[in-house]
Amino acid sequence: MTVASLEGFSHRRLERRQKVAGLFVAACQAATLLGLVFLAVLLVDVARDGAPYLRPQLVTQFPSRFPSQAGYASALVGTVYVAGITSLVAFPLGVAAAVYLEEYARPGPLLRLLEVNIANLAAIPSVLYGLLGLGLFVEGLRMGKSVLAGALTLALLVLPLVILSSREAIRAVPFSVREAAYALGATRWQVVRYHVLPYAAPGVLTGTILALSRAVGETAPLIMLGALQYVPFLPQGVWDYFTVLPIQIFNYVSLPNPEFQRLAAAGILLLLAVLLALNGMAVWLRGRARVRW
Amino acid sequence: MDAAVGARLRPEVRRQAVAPTNPVIQLRDLRVWYQARPALRGVSLDVPERRITAVIGPSGCGKSTLVRAINRMNELIPGVRTEGRVLFRGQDLYASGVDPVEVRVRIGMVFQKPNPFPKSIYENVAFGLRLHRRLHRGELNERVERALRQVALWDEVKDDLHRKSGLELSGGQQQRLCIARALAVEPEVLLLDEPCSALDPVSTARIEALMEDLRHGYTLVIVTHNMQQAARVSDFTAFLLDGELVEFGATEELFTRPRDRRTEDYITGRFG
Repeated sequence: MTVASLEGFSHRRLERRQKVAGLFVAACQAATLLGLVFLAVLLVDVARDGAPYLRPQLVTQFPSRFPSQAGYASALVGTVYVAGITSLVAFPLGVAAAVYLEEYARPGPLLRLLEVNIANLAAIPSVLYGLLGLGLFVEGLRMGKSVLAGALTLALLVLPLVILSSREAIRAVPFSVREAAYALGATRWQVVRYHVLPYAAPGVLTGTILALSRAVGETAPLIMLGALQYVPFLPQGVWDYFTVLPIQIFNYVSLPNPEFQRLAAAGILLLLAVLLALNGMAVWLRGRARVRW
Repeated sequence: MDAAVGARLRPEVRRQAVAPTNPVIQLRDLRVWYQARPALRGVSLDVPERRITAVIGPSGCGKSTLVRAINRMNELIPGVRTEGRVLFRGQDLYASGVDPVEVRVRIGMVFQKPNPFPKSIYENVAFGLRLHRRLHRGELNERVERALRQVALWDEVKDDLHRKSGLELSGGQQQRLCIARALAVEPEVLLLDEPCSALDPVSTARIEALMEDLRHGYTLVIVTHNMQQAARVSDFTAFLLDGELVEFGATEELFTRPRDRRTEDYITGRFG
């Protein structure tokens, strides 16, 4: 059907244009699917390997020479313990730094230098944080290979991420709302306390949780610290030795007995479940409490 | 221009001329820069007490900068420099030792775009009160109600005070809520920076009626790009152009017998 009778309008060319548009969409869909397919294959493979070990003993038994008696009890508790302390340290520090940078710091070369450095810190390989932790906490401050040393190292690792995501959330609070509060005679602190922080809180928490899930999955920095692989007890305090899920998985994978490979696969599923729970919490928070301006 | 056409184009002034009263706010050679760009180039002006003073002028002439200088809101924007004096009952608001927080308690402000807090209607009005005074629950309720009644919003929202967020109200209601929020703190002067420019004509009429009620108790300064509005609501009008005060006088005078050629051109719609 001919609708357009514009001079120089080519229907052949229109068809070609539409075809290119269609190809582009198809390419985008393929790119999306490819990632999902790989993830699905990985999941199915791991689930098939680990299935026999998905039983309560997986989280109640300690490491053992015998696969049937081995589990992730100390690693799971260690992960929860370390992640908890990491968030207790990284959250207040990160939010405070973000508030300072967004609400108090005067724009200028100094602020720009700080911003560039924080962005760079977020991109440093995690092994280097392990070295820093080893030098600073384990040896320098004589904390030993303790829960506290591990948690502080991971806190340093995720701090830039917490700062960046918190700044993003704080910046999303419109200036007009700050103005409204200032115009009523609020001090800077009152504006931050009663308006900026409450409205940014969902975004700040979401960012912190996502940063934390990064920490939970980290192996390299804790190996650098010397986190032990064989921990047949639950850490009782912050000065205890500890291990975490990724390290325990790494340990089982490197053992020759193929049964341990299956146990490692089950451990991967356990780690994925922990991460999924954290990310699910972040998504829930984001959807629930966000202010629509 | 044909004199008859000019007369027809002029906004109609309905108000009776009123005598100027004691000035509450006096601007003395006020100059403001954004970075290196001058926004106000030495404005001197007396704002009379319990009257409505309108500030008119084309976009970018410095009207908003002028009112924001009065309650020291400009300094929240980085790179703003202010010179000259703003006297409030004789006291220089820019003198060292004057806390901008105190200035803003005594000189309230309503903004162009309604900006309620994403909190309940009650909390919106109570926020300013809680900042400055420790009040009993009963007294707080009373003051919130009084402020909402002042802006004729009480009957519309009294059943949803705690349930509804300020953001759930209509645009006109939001702006009246913002005015109530400012009034609750009991300022002596209320600055309104184009309070109706985001509103429909019905809401605009309500705000204008509200201003008429308020002028008995407050000194109002309203920035408007709408000359008809200035002519309708104000007792005195200041015409600003390129950061300079071209003319200031009784609204009736300024709109019927402007002294300056540029004022004449602006109010008859030659530019703007």
